[in-house]
Amino acid sequence: MFKRGGPSGPPRLLITPPTVKICTSMTSVATSRRRRRSVQRNRSALLFAVPAAVVYGVGFMFPSVQALYYSLFAWEGPGGEDPVYIGIENYKTKLFDDTMFHASVGATLRFMILVVILQTLVALVYSVKLVKDTKPTIFLRSLYFFPTILSSTSVAFIWNFVYDPSGAGLVSGILRSLGVDYRPAFLASPSTALWCLVFTQVWFHAGQMMVVFVAGLQGIPKDFTEAASIDGATRGQTFRKITWPLLGPATGIVVAYTTLQSFRAFDLVYVMTQGGPGDSNATRLLSYHIVQTAFGSRYFGEAAAESVLFMILIASVTFLQRRVLRLLKADVKGAAA
Amino acid sequence: MSAPQEVTGRNPFTGREIGSKAMLWVFALLIGLPCLVVAFSTVKSQGDIISNPIKPPIPSASFEKPESCAAAVALGSEQGPECLATPNVQGYRDAAAQRIGRSFRNSLIVVSVSVFVTLLFAAMAAFAVTRIGGWLATTLFAFFTIGMAIPAQVNGVAQYALFSKLNLTNSLQGLMVVNVAATLPVSVFILTGFMRTLPRELFEAAVVDGAGNWKLFRKIVVPLSVPSLAAVGIFLLVMHWNDLWYPYLFITDPAKYTLPRTLAEFKGEFSTNYPALFAGVLIASAPLVTAYVFLQRWFIAGLTSGAVKG
Repeated sequence: MFKRGGPSGPPRLLITPPTVKICTSMTSVATSRRRRRSVQRNRSALLFAVPAAVVYGVGFMFPSVQALYYSLFAWEGPGGEDPVYIGIENYKTKLFDDTMFHASVGATLRFMILVVILQTLVALVYSVKLVKDTKPTIFLRSLYFFPTILSSTSVAFIWNFVYDPSGAGLVSGILRSLGVDYRPAFLASPSTALWCLVFTQVWFHAGQMMVVFVAGLQGIPKDFTEAASIDGATRGQTFRKITWPLLGPATGIVVAYTTLQSFRAFDLVYVMTQGGPGDSNATRLLSYHIVQTAFGSRYFGEAAAESVLFMILIASVTFLQRRVLRLLKADVKGAAA
Repeated sequence: MSAPQEVTGRNPFTGREIGSKAMLWVFALLIGLPCLVVAFSTVKSQGDIISNPIKPPIPSASFEKPESCAAAVALGSEQGPECLATPNVQGYRDAAAQRIGRSFRNSLIVVSVSVFVTLLFAAMAAFAVTRIGGWLATTLFAFFTIGMAIPAQVNGVAQYALFSKLNLTNSLQGLMVVNVAATLPVSVFILTGFMRTLPRELFEAAVVDGAGNWKLFRKIVVPLSVPSLAAVGIFLLVMHWNDLWYPYLFITDPAKYTLPRTLAEFKGEFSTNYPALFAGVLIASAPLVTAYVFLQRWFIAGLTSGAVKG
């Protein structure tokens, strides 16, 4: 359908430079609207939004509100007996009594923090080396990006095989062919299982975040760094004082997206550990736990309460991150002034 | 002997340069090796995988069929895995026996309809937002984009309750509806961002010439939006093709399984049968991998725009 370099040409990353575009897109909505006041408005175009509004409103937004309602009931779920209203009982149970839920929240947060730190670092370090558009770097960027197009089910199977402690596993097999008979437990040990998932997740998505950083780096005018090096700044200084502050918006995107992605990681847990190993709950991420509550134990009302609490957790983490990133930015501005 | 260094060039033989090269290739190996091994393990015998996972699938000279194999053939029963030489296609046979072809077809139907409908509805909604202006547009835009803050993993349980009430679970149509509903927010967001950059004069000129909204949309907005439609389309293609979440929640009838759902079932079926498992992985990934080889830039741009804005 699309030829490379066809009539409209291949897309030079639609996000370049993400710095300017993304952070202003929300505010520019308002200003550009004001500028266009004079343009004749056309209310009848509202009809065009109807199909999308209906499907999305009914199929996505309505259930979000319904979850709040269900969370106040004791219910086995569709097909079960009629729901019984119990007020905020589900929330009380979740917040004060349910140790498995607490373990799950802990695992989710640990997973999120580890993935965010590791993935952001890997993406940043590698993107610095991949800024220039030479043949090898373009090839490497495409290679690093490659896992992004695989399904998480496939990725989970690939890494199950890598971690397989029996002789057939990739790591244990390579070690054996090097004459080392060492079989790490990997997924089978509660102390390493979460790390294994973190590593898989980073392998899966770091390439995508690299592209965001590369676009951000390419958006920084060369003059800035050149001027700094003429003034005798070392590479480290240039990075700290010029590149890093200007990379702020890209970092914001990477951190926010990586966070959300880590909260979504259901498939890896489902295929690789089932929340285990064993009864350890070491990798029982909330996305997996909620499904188990709803369909495994058939506590549908409780699962709805857990969903609401999960949403609150996501919102608070996102909010906190924004605050921290803004603080960092303010810091940089203060230093520059 | 060596050419004079460019002013900005760095000496390629310093420790730092070698270190950074090594770093790059280590990561390349980390991605390339598992994928390669998985691909060629599909034609290796189970025994060969166990004895050396990273050996390419070349026939081993020492392979001898155990005598029991001939006996099994004579009795007309299945041959055990020890009877297979490398390379063989037994893995693909096993995968086919799990009706992976049927799941492939289901995936094709669900994904093509979901992508097309999402694109169409999202483009129309984005057009509405750009065209009506004023507080109404702001409200509409906010209504659509608020969905981006709610991950499907939070919503799934309640969505299941709703869809089962509407009799839309265990149906490919239901899967399409939920796919469209869940990916509309980010699609509307990206497309609106793009359509706002289109020159207003074009709209006005068309309106002066007597074009109605529908004509304006079809003849001007859609053709001009092809680059962003392609980006969003690729994003949706990858999302829907790889999705396990909704098929896992909504589909329990194996006849309606999509590829990732069938593949996930392989875990119980083939936990020790690596050739079959990997044949499944390969079949499920092949379409997107092939497309990626030819359209890398489009994929990277499309998926990243989804990431950046989603």
